[in-house]
Amino acid sequence: MSFEFEGKTYETDDDGYLINLDEWNRGVAGHIAEMEGVEMTEAHWEVVDFLRNYYTEYSIAPAIKILIKEMKKMFGPDKGNSAYLYNLYPAGPALQACKIAGLPKPTGCV
Amino acid sequence: MADKPAEKTLIDIVTESDHVKDLKGPELTGEINVPRVEEGYAVTGNYAHVRPYPAKPDIMDSLGFPETIVDNWEEAAIKRLGELLEKYKSLQVYLDICVRCGSCTDKCQFYLGTGDPNNMPVARAELLRKIYKKYFTTEGKLFGRFAGARKLDLKVLSEWYAYFHQCSQCRRCSVFCPYGIDTAEISMAAREIMDAIGLGQKYTNMTIGKLLEVGNNLGMNEKALGATLESMEEDIEEEDGFPVKLPLDVEGADVLLVTPSADFFASPHVESLIGYAKVFHQAGISWTMSSLASEAGNFGMFIGNYTLMQKAATRIRNAIEQIKPKRLVVGECGHAWRIAYSFWNTLIGPFDSLDPNYPAPQHICELTLDLVKRGAIKLNKEANDEFTVTFHDSCNVARGTRMGTRPGGQFTIPRELIKASCNKYVEMDPATTMEKTFCCGSGGGLLTDEIMEVRVAGAMPRMQALHAVMESDGVNFMALICAICKASFTKIMPKYGVPMEVAGGVHQLVGRAIELGAKE
Ligand code: SF4
Ligand code: SF4
Ligand code: SF4
Repeated sequence: MSFEFEGKTYETDDDGYLINLDEWNRGVAGHIAEMEGVEMTEAHWEVVDFLRNYYTEYSIAPAIKILIKEMKKMFGPDKGNSAYLYNLYPAGPALQACKIAGLPKPTGCV
Repeated sequence: MADKPAEKTLIDIVTESDHVKDLKGPELTGEINVPRVEEGYAVTGNYAHVRPYPAKPDIMDSLGFPETIVDNWEEAAIKRLGELLEKYKSLQVYLDICVRCGSCTDKCQFYLGTGDPNNMPVARAELLRKIYKKYFTTEGKLFGRFAGARKLDLKVLSEWYAYFHQCSQCRRCSVFCPYGIDTAEISMAAREIMDAIGLGQKYTNMTIGKLLEVGNNLGMNEKALGATLESMEEDIEEEDGFPVKLPLDVEGADVLLVTPSADFFASPHVESLIGYAKVFHQAGISWTMSSLASEAGNFGMFIGNYTLMQKAATRIRNAIEQIKPKRLVVGECGHAWRIAYSFWNTLIGPFDSLDPNYPAPQHICELTLDLVKRGAIKLNKEANDEFTVTFHDSCNVARGTRMGTRPGGQFTIPRELIKASCNKYVEMDPATTMEKTFCCGSGGGLLTDEIMEVRVAGAMPRMQALHAVMESDGVNFMALICAICKASFTKIMPKYGVPMEVAGGVHQLVGRAIELGAKE
């Protein structure tokens, strides 16, 4: 699968996750978010940025529990909880936020 | 989109599907109604359009399968079936002895949920049986379809692809079959044949690939695993004030714990991991996990492939050689416990280096319950007073294994442990528990989003039984001992209007109830 954005073709897997992580930029992330029906605000970007940084270091997205904890450390308890994350990303922070952040879909029993 | 529509390949034809978005489960009335059985079986049923994504060529190749459907696939499929018949006498028996008595028809959650006649276990098995008759029996060769035989063609293959991926290999049907015919084994064989001709399922094969490449189903490397465990140690200390450890690669530790990698990553799975850690901490048992064996699961079983199953299991053998533990303990994972209990000895045994005073392998529930009974750890049931708990027997544990020394231990041990952790416990309808348990709907390699329609439908019988005790007794926690069950229920419950927090682990309850600190 693939999609077009600003004259460029982006290859994705069957579920619409970017294949080539290096092609990611904020513009394309915004476009994926739009396709997901998510309107990106500063709060959304905070999550996406954290996910990308984590992925750069560990080659995998963080466990939800860690995401929540780190969000809490950085932005306080109002943002460091599961309800807040699901509110931003209704299809689930692990799946939807990772997709917008250009990370691959997790495999296994999750 | 791509410039010009490419010509359809065989794979495209066979795996063509239609995926519904935003689907909702049917209304829960608490009753499981059997769909009306039409005369005979439909050749194509109403769920034929739900098919998983096929595995990409690179994944197929890395597992030793042809990259795509081979040219002479009919011949290759028959050849592989012949080899399997030679190798597994049980398969031939199952294909030969069905008398079509019909006892199994309404026993499969996928039939009950989809109403698709091809999801009746006997009809599912017929998809392979007819081919077997055609090519391997005299009457089939002579009398063709009058003897229930059918020629292998693309239509058959695409039906195989649909319906052998609408079976979670839960073995519920076999409990009700007077001859003990195990349709799960038939479905494993069918998947093995499909892989052998170059038609694989993406989710399962990709997950096996990750395990072989990185060491676990998640694809979590050693560095990430170490960082994750450390971060969780911090969490526990912050919350409970005790230095509970999540040790990794400690050579010479007494216990090696092998657990599904989802325990390092997903919620509610991690809560059980924390529960195990607290148990070891409080009991003063030296233990470790291993980066070599950072996965208890083994999806090789789902595609009936012995070679891949053995490759995956060998990592555990290597970890034993490195760590030199006295005991081998398995965390909460349904199919992993089945493989550990029934196959590890053959795959990677014997376990001569382990202490013979303990079962090898041992289930974490058995270990914990034993500590509770001996007074080595204390559980404060009040800590779980906000919950009214029920227990979903994981089908792989219920029908494929045992626990402890007594028959039925796989049913009694987790229940005793739950009851020791909370004050309010309620059973679901006995027609849906213990050896008669329904599958969560996503086992056996079905835990993938593109077939959500089938998963939601397959979960219906369990959801009905759960809903009934939620209404009658206020149940708000369904305890689980399977990583797939946990992942599937957290996603599927909301589609039935049940909050995902209702699904949790047995050791999640234990972890909340355990009294840490100095012992009296
Ligand atoms: S219960 Fe057994 S013998 Fe009867 S139809 Fe089903 S598989 Fe065949
Ligand atoms: S093994 Fe389970 S899912 Fe498969 S046919 Fe039998 S009851 Fe249905
Ligand atoms: S996921 Fe759980 S309920 Fe479903 S097949 Fe596996 S053990 Fe059974």
